[in-house]
Amino acid sequence: MRREIRIAGFGGQGVVLAGYILGKAFALYEGLEAVMTQSYGPEARGGASSSNVVISDEPIDYPFVLEPDVLIALSQEAYTRFRPTARADALLIIEEDLVTPLEGDRPLRVPATRLAEELGRRIVANIVTLGYFTAATGWLRRESVEKAIENTLPARVVPLNLNAFARGYEYALAGERVL
Amino acid sequence: MRGRAVLTGEHFMHGDHACTEGAIAAGCRFFAGYPITPSTEIAERIAQRLPEVGGVFIQMEDEIASILAIIGASAAGARAMSATSGPGFSLMMENIGLAVMMEIPIVIVDVQRGSPSTGLPTLPGQADVMQARWGSHGDYAIAAYAPWSPQEMFDLTVLAFNVADRFRIPVMVMSDEVVGHMVERVVIPPEEQIPRWERKRPTVPPENGFRPFLAEDDDLVPPLVHAGEGYRVHFTGLTHDERGYPDMSAETHHRLVTRLVEKVRRNADAMVRYEGYGLEDARIVVISYGCTARSARRAVAQARAAGIPAGLLRLISLWPFPEKPLRDLARQAEAFIVAEMNLGQMICEVERYVAQPVIGVNHAGGAMIPPAPILETIEEVANRGAHIGRRKASTG
Amino acid sequence: MAHTLVAEKHPLDDLIRTDRMPHIWCPGCGIGIVMRCYAQAILESGIPVEQHVIVSGIGCAARTPGYMNLDSYHTTHGRPIPFATGLKLVKPELMVTVFSGDGDLAAIGGNHLIHAARRNVDIKVICINNFNYGMTGGQVGPTTPLGAKTTTTPYGNPEYPFNLPYLLAAAGAVFVSRWTAIHARQVKEDILYTFHKPGFTFIEVLAPCPVGFGKSNNLDEGVEEMWLYRRRCVPAGRVPEETPWEALQVDLREERPIVVGRFVDEDRPVYRPVRLEDKPSEHRG
Repeated sequence: MRREIRIAGFGGQGVVLAGYILGKAFALYEGLEAVMTQSYGPEARGGASSSNVVISDEPIDYPFVLEPDVLIALSQEAYTRFRPTARADALLIIEEDLVTPLEGDRPLRVPATRLAEELGRRIVANIVTLGYFTAATGWLRRESVEKAIENTLPARVVPLNLNAFARGYEYALAGERVL
Repeated sequence: MRGRAVLTGEHFMHGDHACTEGAIAAGCRFFAGYPITPSTEIAERIAQRLPEVGGVFIQMEDEIASILAIIGASAAGARAMSATSGPGFSLMMENIGLAVMMEIPIVIVDVQRGSPSTGLPTLPGQADVMQARWGSHGDYAIAAYAPWSPQEMFDLTVLAFNVADRFRIPVMVMSDEVVGHMVERVVIPPEEQIPRWERKRPTVPPENGFRPFLAEDDDLVPPLVHAGEGYRVHFTGLTHDERGYPDMSAETHHRLVTRLVEKVRRNADAMVRYEGYGLEDARIVVISYGCTARSARRAVAQARAAGIPAGLLRLISLWPFPEKPLRDLARQAEAFIVAEMNLGQMICEVERYVAQPVIGVNHAGGAMIPPAPILETIEEVANRGAHIGRRKASTG
Repeated sequence: MAHTLVAEKHPLDDLIRTDRMPHIWCPGCGIGIVMRCYAQAILESGIPVEQHVIVSGIGCAARTPGYMNLDSYHTTHGRPIPFATGLKLVKPELMVTVFSGDGDLAAIGGNHLIHAARRNVDIKVICINNFNYGMTGGQVGPTTPLGAKTTTTPYGNPEYPFNLPYLLAAAGAVFVSRWTAIHARQVKEDILYTFHKPGFTFIEVLAPCPVGFGKSNNLDEGVEEMWLYRRRCVPAGRVPEETPWEALQVDLREERPIVVGRFVDEDRPVYRPVRLEDKPSEHRG
């Protein structure tokens, strides 16, 4: 079992942090192997940025995402740029207010930024998305991601982020569970 | 506020950060460096961590100053390290020789990127591995390790300090951008389980007649005197006698340089590290290291699943080169394949020890070699039996 | 030989590696005088000999550590300052002196020189300036005057030299002085003074190099150059009000004054690595 997840967006949306927390949840609290990689350098700073997580039940040799099984796109540019890299039948999760999907794609939609704004901080849209991903896929337990949030972020922002995670998680549960 | 030196526990950790934690867990209390991609995260994290444990961080004006500062710091008794990448590694070369000649232990981390020159700052390479061995002028010997995971960034940095201190030599951690920038599980053991090899120190009080460069033990390592201990020792990059005094004679030079090289050869068993996968019955042996070995392991696993008797010899120490396991494998193998992200460097070392065909799987750098070209080469060798070509350049 | 006077002991015996004599310096060279001043200052410093460390690079002056019975480090060309920086930061209780030449410190090691002064790291620099590379046989250096002949400027030096006190003052050294090899007393006094002056200090000592700079510039005898120093050195007035920095430019070949003296002596916080136990107010930015 090897699965590849790409989280993409524009700078400032926290896609690297989201990938880190997701990878940590898998690697430390789900008993799986996980590797996170990202692009570096001035070329990686502008425009669409991404973080990439590979999970597996055996040691991960090749650490890079080649053909994502999951693409989470938080911006139009990220969607347009990375959609072709993902499998044709990849699970697509889009920020529904920011991304118009290509014809033929039937992505899952989450208004992550709007939900984050309702919590008072649009900056946690990435964590809302993680909550949505966790509930929608059922690939890992809610507590694993919550533990990863608690053990990654400074204590003062943990409650906000746990709320954001719960908000995305519940939003997905209220809709149709897809996998 | 004091921080913990050893962050015992399970972490999901960046390779460069794991290197930093390995250094601090090993007792590194001095770091001098200059920002350079892709090693900068080491400097950034250690700038935050060293003050927490009472250590010293200083950003120098260049990498030449950085290596001198760590040699000076080590001469005063500290475990000291610098981290850099190709261009900075080149700037350090002259003074690798100074550390060798003064026998002052230091650790240098090279997170290799695409090269030569400025090359590919944000992308990987493995083309500094011969430079690590031979980059300074003259005959000398050092140790160098190639981590293939964030976990080994931790473990091998600890080992690097121990080998440096125990044998009074510079030790390099030859990482690469893939391993340096990868985030993966890292398990940091309890403090008491971090191995610690101490420096050999003088056992006699300062007095006239103490000869600081006299190696009386079989390991050829003389005891190390630190600044300010009253021994009033002279350290010089000039050829020197057992008193440390410059001596411009051919005899003294030959004796000194021979001991410095022999010191590493004689103690190689304590420094050499390697790992094997499927070697028991291997007729085709893949040799690889660092990030490329991850792909090599996958390729070997795929080949074995297809019934090809392939195995992997992963070089953990590049220097001293693990020649013994290679000589042993030469008795059973029909061919060797060396996969590395350069145009053929460690392959030259392999060719020194085996008579069988040695085939390179090479790429100049910029992207990790994936398993496919390695697997294809294994299959090709398997299909053509003994009639394979001597060298094949294949790209990832 | 009834009148021969043989001293059984010399006060500096303990500070000199007598088993390393004779030294390599040429007749008429000024370096030995400065080494003598350094040794005398150590003797008078009240700081235990074991706490003195001498560091050098490459060149004639840089051979001094080999003759001093101290913890001594003879590093590579241009690099004594960063070596000394690392050593001092690990053992701040040691008195670390860098003793080297103008080519070592101001050319190949020039970047380290200005950055150490900028940081105000607590090391004491004694710079022997003999206007050329002596050890390699008299080539042009960073202090060689415009027009002077050396083995690599056979038609005269086309470059301007560094005015070292000006450079060091601009870079932030808290103490800058200049003397010549004839000013043994002042050199010793300044070395002694800088031992007790926290921060990056710089003493330039002009010294004859008769077989290097001298032979190409009509100063073949060391003693001639010493006479020249005696004749032409003038003490500085207040710098820069009475003595502008430009007046500190030296050219031995011209009949113009050589300004000597203490040019900078001020207090500035010494570089210290960040320590978290410090109060925030004690941190330097």
